[in-house]
Amino acid sequence: MATLHVNIVSAEQSIFSGDAEMVVVPGESGELGILPLHTPLLTRIRPGTVKVKLAGGNEELVFVSGGILEVQPKALTILANTSIRAKDLDEAKVMQAKQAAEEALANRQSGQERAVVQAELSQLAAQLAAIRKLRK
Amino acid sequence: MAGSKEIRNKIKSVENTRKITKAMEMVAASKMRKAQERMRASRPYSEKIRSVAANLSHANPDYKHVFLQKRDVVRNVGVIMVTSDKGLCGGLNTNAMRMMVTKIKKWEGADAKVQATAIGNKGLGFLMRYGIPVTSQVIGLGDKPHLEKMIGPVKLQLDQFADGKIDALYLCYTKFINTMKQEAMCEQLLPLSGDKLGAPDSSWDYLYEPDAKAVLDELLERYIESIVYSAVAENIASEQSARMVAMKSASDNAKKVIGDLKLTYNKARQAAITKELSEIVGGAAAV
Repeated sequence: MATLHVNIVSAEQSIFSGDAEMVVVPGESGELGILPLHTPLLTRIRPGTVKVKLAGGNEELVFVSGGILEVQPKALTILANTSIRAKDLDEAKVMQAKQAAEEALANRQSGQERAVVQAELSQLAAQLAAIRKLRK
Repeated sequence: MAGSKEIRNKIKSVENTRKITKAMEMVAASKMRKAQERMRASRPYSEKIRSVAANLSHANPDYKHVFLQKRDVVRNVGVIMVTSDKGLCGGLNTNAMRMMVTKIKKWEGADAKVQATAIGNKGLGFLMRYGIPVTSQVIGLGDKPHLEKMIGPVKLQLDQFADGKIDALYLCYTKFINTMKQEAMCEQLLPLSGDKLGAPDSSWDYLYEPDAKAVLDELLERYIESIVYSAVAENIASEQSARMVAMKSASDNAKKVIGDLKLTYNKARQAAITKELSEIVGGAAAV
């Protein structure tokens, strides 16, 4: 049986690479089952699980938090997002980055003072992250 | 034996410094290996997304995304400056800043206003001292950069480009060439030139869901993000290898200083003994 070369990559790492008989992907307008020799297709995908049916009958499940699916007759690529993306979430991140810059500017005193505060802040952030990790 | 105690103390303190620089060198060496792996791991994604975007813009010549439109007059320039968070890494950040200064002078000479996004603490400090308005920043990325942290600052610049508040966007970072060599780079992100996307390697006519425009929009945004992410990953690899080299030469220098000090110490010791001997001999002769 013909196989499909599957590549699942994210910006930070390559998640899966191999040959498969069939791939089930949560497309934006519904679940898609892709078999070899599928017509070229390009679509966005929703956050969900990608099911890769390997040649030997095994299955591989990969969670993706959205991204883009590209299908060519003999190859399939999923460009996975590293995190869940939504317009509001992205906007919030923009605001955050902006605010950080504004605050830094407002609190701009001597360079030394700023460096001290920044060091403290990063320490606090690290502590917070550690606490969160412990709580999980 | 005047001053011999001082020399001994000095030797001890230099030895301690050497221990620290040696430890930093070894830490940087092991981090560098991981950073290089991470840098390589980001390549398949940006390669793939680039080829898909090239295919797509080739297949849809009638739709020109705002990121691909070239502007005639460049009045406002945006820069994303990637630097390290910490120092003690040789000339890495200094070189990046020096290049930044020449670029800023060039843009200001062409009557363009510059505004910047700082990724990394050192660049942030530099931009503030230099008086460049910083519109967004992200610091404290650590050794393992996450794309998530960069979404906000990058999107801000992309939005500003789409709104026409800036006419060009540049990315400055330190390119990793090899362990001994890193180079400060400044490349244009927006408007994306067709050359950078390259020629499509195959011409498919895709089916699009929901439609070509929406997919292309998202692709291009992700593409820019992936470029920035790889630049950050590369910058970290550069930082670690620059630190390793800097700390190695610091350790070597400390070794040399210790050798010199030991020589001085021994000379002083011998001079003291000779003096004492000649005093004894002189004393005996007098008797």
